[in-house]
Amino acid sequence: MRTVVAVTERVEETPSTVTLRFPYGPPARPGQFVMLWIPGDDELPMSLSYVGGSDKGVTVKAMGATSRHVLDVEPGDPIGIRGPYGNAFDLAPARVLVVAGGSGAAVLAPAAEAARARGATVAVALGATEAPELLFRGRFEAMGARVELSTDDGSAGAKGFVTPVAERMLAEEPFDAVWTCGPEIMMRKVIEAAAPRGVPVVCSVERHMKCALGMCDACALGPYHVCVDGPVFPAERLTPLAEFGEAHRDSSGRRVRFGR
Amino acid sequence: MSDLSVRLAGVPLRNPFLLASGIWGESGDSLAGAWRAGAGGVVTKSIGSAPRPGYPNPTIETYGQWGMLNAMGLPNPGIDEYPPEIATARAAGATVIGSIFGGDAEEFARLAGRMASTGVDALELNLSCPHAEGYGTEVGGEPADVEAIVRAVTRATALPVIAKITPNSADPAALAVAAERGGAKAVSAINTLRALAIDTTLHRPVLAHGLGGLSGAAIKPVGLACVWQIYERVSIPVIGIGGIATAEDALEYVMAGARAVEVGTAVAFRGIGVFGELVRGLAARLDALGYPSIESVVGIAHPGRTRP
Repeated sequence: MRTVVAVTERVEETPSTVTLRFPYGPPARPGQFVMLWIPGDDELPMSLSYVGGSDKGVTVKAMGATSRHVLDVEPGDPIGIRGPYGNAFDLAPARVLVVAGGSGAAVLAPAAEAARARGATVAVALGATEAPELLFRGRFEAMGARVELSTDDGSAGAKGFVTPVAERMLAEEPFDAVWTCGPEIMMRKVIEAAAPRGVPVVCSVERHMKCALGMCDACALGPYHVCVDGPVFPAERLTPLAEFGEAHRDSSGRRVRFGR
Repeated sequence: MSDLSVRLAGVPLRNPFLLASGIWGESGDSLAGAWRAGAGGVVTKSIGSAPRPGYPNPTIETYGQWGMLNAMGLPNPGIDEYPPEIATARAAGATVIGSIFGGDAEEFARLAGRMASTGVDALELNLSCPHAEGYGTEVGGEPADVEAIVRAVTRATALPVIAKITPNSADPAALAVAAERGGAKAVSAINTLRALAIDTTLHRPVLAHGLGGLSGAAIKPVGLACVWQIYERVSIPVIGIGGIATAEDALEYVMAGARAVEVGTAVAFRGIGVFGELVRGLAARLDALGYPSIESVVGIAHPGRTRP
């Protein structure tokens, strides 16, 4: 069942990213997602970027046609929500390195906040195409995390991908866990960087979804269904899968290679 | 211990619980997973001639544990790209039933030939999807059409053909009779019941497609009635479908005349582990009632069909 709620707040986080806040009571944990229905358009899986209490939120990057419609939603507009679905980050590790690529920060920010609230130390490697697109930079800084940046164009932090930044941070400090979300090719590199140091990596994975109930097979990833077995996976479950970092399935179930 | 193995349309099944079409059926890894979870066989997603994305979301609506409304819109990768998925399932040892859907007898026959060449054990014809324009119920709602399609398919392949019948008809059993006349080796019933949900706040249908199909516990009595009536009018085996989540549900279907059953919505509500529970539960229930096998129970609720 869906709950139709009115959007309470719309925040432009970056030029391509918008947060929608809405009242929704069912308890959620960082890492879980909801199915967000834009009436008359489509329904999409969206990781919660704000999980607490009844004031929840999602942070959406304009990609497909529907996510562009999400950006047009105004305060007061009705949206449908069902969930939360899926699993969550294990908040036990005491020293966490967060590696976020682009809109991956949306799911990692609430996880980092929850870890900080439990007394963990958090460091963040945050990457984006250009400085204005660094999602939740201020939010990570406000939680007292060490934040290191990278941009493709060098307009903030190191020029290039975020993985070399993460690798340097892994060399500089000890960590008990790496949490990462972003393009799968990036996450594969993060896993490779952490492996020699024996730091366990946890990934939040995205796939096309329809039912979100572990039934329709749209989000099949190897033997897993991302909607119920994920979206948060320990790296050792993902690395043996030929599809991880290589291909996903489109709406028809065809395998489609990720763009390079 | 009671014998749960059955022969269905010439195909030996290790137990009567088949993964229903449309569930976990897009990827070969998922089909293999359902087999490893204990299913007696797996029915693929319905495959058509070309890739089809299906309808936009929302594609499902749930009603607590009572049931589910869906209008997926027959999404499938198309027959050209699907064979590797079947190969994956077969490599895991699964008994695979290939489901196909076409817009007419000719398309069904062509797809049947292609599906047969993938090495599946049998074919199930989707003559019953209630919400896809030009397919499903729209081509399988009349006995004459069902007979013609089944006949065309049986001429195109030597594999056993199972016709999946719609309940959205005044006389579903007449469709089963027509399928038998056309050469079907079994019929499966039922597909979902045509259904609708409205969001009153937004005064619009919840599903993007509007109409959908109802499945799950809510439709079990309807499925039982269809299986009951079909069993009385055909001599080919019947596969019962509709709201099976427990061994007791399955036994009801078997006693109504089903030789095997398909399980779908229960996978969403209970997880794929439901197959293991069903297998263990049915064996225990048959033992407790003193029946030696599934075969000894098929149809025994019908007057005049006495316990062997």
